[in-house]
Amino acid sequence: MKRAIGLKLLAVIFAATLIYLWQMAADARLISPVFFPSPTRTFAALVAMEERGDLWRPMAATALRMFYGWVLASLAGVLLGAAIARSGPARAYLEPLLEYLRPLPASAIIPPAILFLGLTSKMAVAVIAFGALWPVLLGAYHGFRSVDPQLGEMASAMRMGNIAFLWKVALPSALPDIFAGVRVSLAIALILAIVTEMQSAQSGLGFNILMAQRSFRSPELYAGIIVLGVLGLCTNQVLVAAERHLLRWRTLTR
Amino acid sequence: MIAKLRGLVIPAILIALWEIGARAGVLPPDTMSQPSVIVVAGWHALLDGSLLLATLQTFQSALLGLALGAAVGIAIGTIIGLSPALEAVIGPTLDTIRPVPAVAIIPLALLIYGFGVRMEVMVVSFAAVWPILIVTVTAVRAIEPRLIEVARMLEMKPLKRMAEIVLPAALARIAIGIRVSASVALVVAVTVEIVLNPQGLGYGMIIAAQSLRPDLMWAELLWIAFAGWAFNTLLLTIDRRWLGRFQVGGVR
Repeated sequence: MKRAIGLKLLAVIFAATLIYLWQMAADARLISPVFFPSPTRTFAALVAMEERGDLWRPMAATALRMFYGWVLASLAGVLLGAAIARSGPARAYLEPLLEYLRPLPASAIIPPAILFLGLTSKMAVAVIAFGALWPVLLGAYHGFRSVDPQLGEMASAMRMGNIAFLWKVALPSALPDIFAGVRVSLAIALILAIVTEMQSAQSGLGFNILMAQRSFRSPELYAGIIVLGVLGLCTNQVLVAAERHLLRWRTLTR
Repeated sequence: MIAKLRGLVIPAILIALWEIGARAGVLPPDTMSQPSVIVVAGWHALLDGSLLLATLQTFQSALLGLALGAAVGIAIGTIIGLSPALEAVIGPTLDTIRPVPAVAIIPLALLIYGFGVRMEVMVVSFAAVWPILIVTVTAVRAIEPRLIEVARMLEMKPLKRMAEIVLPAALARIAIGIRVSASVALVVAVTVEIVLNPQGLGYGMIIAAQSLRPDLMWAELLWIAFAGWAFNTLLLTIDRRWLGRFQVGGVR
């Protein structure tokens, strides 16, 4: 126990030392202030961004687009995954097409999406939804495929309808796999939100860091990268908490 | 065989509808050019070498980034995997950096290197390092402890111990991480090109779209999908064919 606390302390000291060394090297002009601005300048830039109102509004814009695309992808992914997993014909007709589309880099559909929808938020959400679809689809497919057959027999013995079976038995049993997919999707949604902003000049954190680079305001660029990292970390933490809450029955039954 | 053919039914119907719709003028010609025209455009791009050159550029960046990411990931992963104390100290710092989306590094890479291969390699390697790093840690930790004891008894130097005992024993699992990272690397390379790096397949698509050549753009999209699919299939085959044998004596 004491050792664990000591190690945690060491971990903090390690991170602090790295930042301190960076600061020293920047102050002594050992590293270029254009490429590697010192931590204090980066922090000052972050504070200045907040005071100008350049922090929360772009962050909300990025997060909102990411959220819409992700929700669309999750709903479509679970429905499609369930359909393909539970129906033989759907599997035979759709699986090869999906297998071919899956490795396609999601960002590759940005050019056609721009042709169809222009440089709009709609385009961004469509691209995010397409890219974030695959992990949920795969997770849901896997989850619904591996529902214990005995559960199906039980349900039919109790004359449970098809929809009731899917909703009350199959979905909860597939939920852990779905959650695994949904978490990967969230990371992809953030990536695509940033990419579509950079590509189509929409307001948001991704666009802001690109602008910071164009005008060589590197402290602001670093500040933006840090904020994006925090956004990724926090959204993932929220999902982990939701997963723990929704799946608490698992630890109770085992 | 028949089951495989059934997979072609829906794509065939979609393509036929697309062709008929485009010829009848129902679909807008400036976004949805006819499949037959798309095939011709793709064929021409293939013959004049522009498509192959772009493919080469994209794969060059992806593979260089993957190699760099693998080197860093395996090095750090081995060290952390061998020492739980070091993991407790370095791990939290790595966990803080990891959620940073790789594409957020694009402006930084551009600032440091300007346009070209090097900035793309930097972004790709940042994305590729994590799966390999994580898998390496678990792989090294799962090595039979007796193997390490034997190495100690033989008084092997740490570097020699790593090269001759630790890495071969962990290789089969590390290969899984490399496969995941390889597909990530290709995706990230195309993404960097679409966002701003003027080279490779992604840039080719953007240029085709901006110069109002939807036929060429669709052809490039199909080609990228094909390249991604072929690359993934190749990696899977390599895994199955050659890495099976490492699993016999090493990791269980």
